[in-house]
Amino acid sequence: MPLSFEQINDSYMDILKELGNIGAGNAATSLSVMLNRRIDMSVPKATIVGFNELESIIGSEDLLVAAIYLEFTGDIQGTIMFVLSQDSAKNLISLLMGFEVNSEESDVFSEFEISALQEVGNILAGAYLGAVSMFTKLTMKLSIPSFAFDMIGAVLSVPMIEFGHLSDRALFIETDFMYGSNSIKGDFLVIPDLESYSIILKALGVM
Amino acid sequence: MDGVIKVGMADLKATSSPGILTTLGLGSCVGIVLYDDKSKIGGMAHIMLPSSRIANGNNINDAKFADTAIDKLLGIMTGMGAKLTNITAKLVGGSQMFTSKNGSNDVLKIGQKNVDQTLKILQEKDIKVVAQDTGGNYGRTIELYSETGVLLIKTIGHGVKQI
Repeated sequence: MPLSFEQINDSYMDILKELGNIGAGNAATSLSVMLNRRIDMSVPKATIVGFNELESIIGSEDLLVAAIYLEFTGDIQGTIMFVLSQDSAKNLISLLMGFEVNSEESDVFSEFEISALQEVGNILAGAYLGAVSMFTKLTMKLSIPSFAFDMIGAVLSVPMIEFGHLSDRALFIETDFMYGSNSIKGDFLVIPDLESYSIILKALGVM
Repeated sequence: MDGVIKVGMADLKATSSPGILTTLGLGSCVGIVLYDDKSKIGGMAHIMLPSSRIANGNNINDAKFADTAIDKLLGIMTGMGAKLTNITAKLVGGSQMFTSKNGSNDVLKIGQKNVDQTLKILQEKDIKVVAQDTGGNYGRTIELYSETGVLLIKTIGHGVKQI
């Protein structure tokens, strides 16, 4: 029996936030190792957002972003997205490669750059889920990453539609990763599906 | 933007001339635009799923589903003075934002399903679809100018067009 959002009280939200903290901490560490740089992260936020108030957490829906999309399946299911501005994505790629990447193609991102970003998304999501899995003893499998460079509203419509069957709202667990003075700033979104909350809370023995 | 009415995700609005309706960042969702060129009354719905039949629970948001959104929008528009027989439709969106390399993923193909179902529903309701810009793998922002009925479509890297 899935929990409805009305049943997710503050203490459940705190638990989900803490779980986000553990996951994101592990992800930030792996990014830091990958780049050999210090990566800062924000305290994760857990927010229940109505579809028509999406703007309140992501900014204007036509904001242009690079997004890496992954799905996880297994004991719990959901979507993970790593969202970056164009500049942040470019800076991340050059930091990763150790040189400036000049794309001569007409596309904003070359195939090579897209692969690099997908791999970053893959590693971050893997680290995040690895920590969640260790903590909850739940197992899950990660899909192959996909990439889009488009309006954030369009990109987020994909996980939102999955929720549409059951609810008018979705729960976002959100963490910002930062490097330098915001030269790279990424938004890491975890959107578990509705059935997963009670499974997580039960696995942690709080329900 | 002044005088522009924003339609969010799972939302619908109607306006009389010279109002402008807009919805930003349509991805796999479908923008249904209804327009009566005589009374110059326009409506816009940003739907997420084709049919309310799949909804469970009793607090259904009409604007989320194509079938209920079309009915509700038609009701609002006729209430404002539009005539049912004058109303035509334009469809935008239903793209596949992400491609899955490991074969078929139904969730990622929801855009096409949304478009197909919406077309069917409009046909059942006897509303003529006069223009359509759907599919692809990119997002769209749309603006309906109720004064003229022109629908402006903006994309990232796929140009701007009018239908």
